[in-house]
Amino acid sequence: MQNDIVISTRIRLARNLKEFPFPCKLDAKGRKAVAEKVKSAVTNSNSALAQQMVCMDLDSLTKIQRANLVESHLVSPEFVADTNGRELLLTKDNSISVMVNEEDHIRIQVILPGFDLDGAYNIADKTDTLFDENLNYAFDKRLGYLTQCPTNLGTGMRASVMLHLPALQRTKAIGRIAGNLSKLGLTIRGIYGEGSEPKGAMYQLSNQVTLGISEKAAMENLKNITLQLINQEKITRERLFNSIEVQDVVSRSLGVLKYAKAISCEEAMALLSNVRMGVIAGEITDVQIEKINSLFTEVQPAAIMVKAGESLTPEKRDIFRAKLISSSL
Amino acid sequence: MKCQKCGMREATTHIKTMINGEYAEYDLCPKCAEQMGYNNIFSDMESEFNNFLGSFFGNALPARTQATRCESCGSTYNEIAKTGQVGCADCYDVFFDQLMPLIRRIHGNTAHCGKTPHSIEYTCVEDDKAPNNAPKDKAEQINELKAQLQEAVNQQNFEKAAQLRDKIKEMENE
Repeated sequence: MQNDIVISTRIRLARNLKEFPFPCKLDAKGRKAVAEKVKSAVTNSNSALAQQMVCMDLDSLTKIQRANLVESHLVSPEFVADTNGRELLLTKDNSISVMVNEEDHIRIQVILPGFDLDGAYNIADKTDTLFDENLNYAFDKRLGYLTQCPTNLGTGMRASVMLHLPALQRTKAIGRIAGNLSKLGLTIRGIYGEGSEPKGAMYQLSNQVTLGISEKAAMENLKNITLQLINQEKITRERLFNSIEVQDVVSRSLGVLKYAKAISCEEAMALLSNVRMGVIAGEITDVQIEKINSLFTEVQPAAIMVKAGESLTPEKRDIFRAKLISSSL
Repeated sequence: MKCQKCGMREATTHIKTMINGEYAEYDLCPKCAEQMGYNNIFSDMESEFNNFLGSFFGNALPARTQATRCESCGSTYNEIAKTGQVGCADCYDVFFDQLMPLIRRIHGNTAHCGKTPHSIEYTCVEDDKAPNNAPKDKAEQINELKAQLQEAVNQQNFEKAAQLRDKIKEMENE
């Protein structure tokens, strides 16, 4: 039931090599040397995990393919903005991605569907240990893993959950919650667009503090708050669904998604959010929740163009998107 | 919560500022936040955040140590303060006294707890299992001395600070 509201879980670990300056102080040659070291750490280890990893040359990808990596949350926008000396290691199922020479030498990222902080951390931890066995990490007993930005010192771990909170957004409760969360060392932000109403009511809740709190304690904290948010969202949804207006909006949203001939990304996300809420409430029965989840990424501009296999104008994208959605539903 | 500036719209942006050492928090609506130049804090976290950090650094203490340049990467403290980016692992050592106030503001007065690399034998006690009256280990004693050092620095009692620093170095080298 938690997965009705938690779309996915992400763990990110920031690590640096002792013998090299941080990426901001590295020239192209230095970055390349770091990348080679990191890659050889993977190839030298004979773990099963290492064998699943492939190295991607960013320069061989088109702009659209790179943007698609960002939309799929596999890399940060900053990472593809400047590909110089940067490499991406990716497992075949996309569950683990390692950005080399982003803000830190190594950024390990694990994304799992649903609410699974322990599962995601275990994978990230194993990946980290694999690197640790073959590399010398920059570490200080007091400050923990040393990072280019002091906000990541300590565990270097950012744990986050991607939440679908349409009811809390509709009732404007998010703003109040966000204010309180900062006091607990957590932060919530919109995933697609910012402001008071991020697109698709998709939010990311993550830990802010990384020093002086163990990975386990930080995840426990995040878990507790997530459960409270889930609970609040559920109560609010039940109240909302008593009104015929909300039921009407949900059904109409499905109608538009099924029969539109052209649809913008923004509209599609808003409607998908409504339909997703309707499916979970049992108002809509003939649509799979997994389908809706994947559509959230599939309707993004670069994803549309990757699927189409060519660069498209916004108008052409809208038409392609409408077709894609109606055939999926 | 209503916006603290216009008092009309719902506040969605929480701002923490540190101006001339004075800490303040505000809750603002998107409109007022934008007017005050805070609109990008979330939408463009990375780049804006660096500026934001830069301003944090700006409030840190002026350079006091002899080492004005990190020998490993060539960074100066001013450079770090300006960009919000630390140059290398050694910078944390070289500019320790200057960086510490900032690190404390971000994370609180605390020391690392959690996973350590395989090369480090030191293991920390999980905070939820920490014994209350166990004898203090060396790392803890050092941390306490470091806190005292910070206090001395804050009070500009540099003589005492130097003594403490030497004592810490001595203990760390034992």
